Amino acid sequence: MLDTTFQDIPGTFVFTGERAIEGRHLNRFCMSLMSAANRTRFKADERAYLDEWQMTESQKQAVLRRDFRALLEQGGNIFFVLKIAAVDGRPTQSVAASFAGQTTEEYAAMMRSGGRNPEGLRSISGRF
Amino acid sequence: MARITAGIGSSHVPAIGAALDAGRTAHPDWAPIFAGYEWSRRFVAEQKPDVVILVYNDHASAFSLDVVPTFAIGCADSFAPADEGWGPRRVPVVHGHSKLAWHIATSVVLDEFDLTITNEMKVDHGLTVPMSLMLGQPEAWPVKVIPLAVNVIQYPTPTANRCFQLGEAIARAVKSYPEDLSVQVWGTGGMSHQLAGERAGLINREWDTKFLDQLTADPDALRTMSHEEYVREAGSEGMELIMWLTMRGALGPGIRELHRFYHVPASNTAVGNIVFAPQS
Repeated sequence: MLDTTFQDIPGTFVFTGERAIEGRHLNRFCMSLMSAANRTRFKADERAYLDEWQMTESQKQAVLRRDFRALLEQGGNIFFVLKIAAVDGRPTQSVAASFAGQTTEEYAAMMRSGGRNPEGLRSISGRF
Repeated sequence: MARITAGIGSSHVPAIGAALDAGRTAHPDWAPIFAGYEWSRRFVAEQKPDVVILVYNDHASAFSLDVVPTFAIGCADSFAPADEGWGPRRVPVVHGHSKLAWHIATSVVLDEFDLTITNEMKVDHGLTVPMSLMLGQPEAWPVKVIPLAVNVIQYPTPTANRCFQLGEAIARAVKSYPEDLSVQVWGTGGMSHQLAGERAGLINREWDTKFLDQLTADPDALRTMSHEEYVREAGSEGMELIMWLTMRGALGPGIRELHRFYHVPASNTAVGNIVFAPQS
């Protein structure tokens, strides 16, 4: 199966090998936040901590401004970048809301009323 | 002889664990979920299985992207809860069943399923949240658990069919284990959800319902379904549902659906729970 398999699904990141290559060091940085000692060092000086990793400047900037869409576009895996949100004590719902340009309150209300309807969001080509 | 006595499908939403751990079970967002699991909790308490083979996925806790096993079986005699970024969940250490796990590993590898064997593994919400839902909050877990971790976060993930076939191979392995044990197989993850991108928050109630119907009556339809269809209809993280097929494959063709529960939402996710008894 090729990496193009999922490209017809709008607004959806599937973490393929291609993305893994691009995000290798970004995701390694995220994984390092599993350790409480590293979380402390990151919080003390985010820029200095990021400079210890072979990430691109653009990836580092996306971390600093907590731009999760940019992180995923540059090879971040959702379960790895969520570790940055965990450091901030920020709930997953707030990150999810940010992807669709919603406030956390708007997003939570949408979820309570049944979630985002897939109608019209299945296929870019219109095949589905 | 060891016997598979039941199969359970369940979501493993982390926020459910957080709500339980923080004592928010009576909150209107969470009360319907804990009430919905009451039937299954009673069922498991009455059945008293000796061992649960728990099919789940790790979420960047035990496995980084340095090593990505497609299927990994936990052969250790204990598994500590992982620190997922805010400290480990305060739940008991999970006790494994090393002898049965090694027997399964040996049997399925000789059966041409090349499992990864792990003797040291932390377990995250993917494993401990279904345990909390099904077993409550005991001082010590009343059942031994063999973790079976499936890669669903780094594509390529295994096909739905391969997950099903692994379940069939596990059933052959359990049947050939000499000790008299009651074994349940739990498949976890899902149901429809997507955490990222413009479709974040996607829920597909209609598709989820059909998935549950087909899991009972027509699992072949789900085995042959493409990854693309799982992602398109159930969301990028809804792909986790392929792990329910391992449970279904382990039960054999003739089954009875004993119970099902479906609720939207738990945080970002549709919650599903289904209980099967194998043909006696």
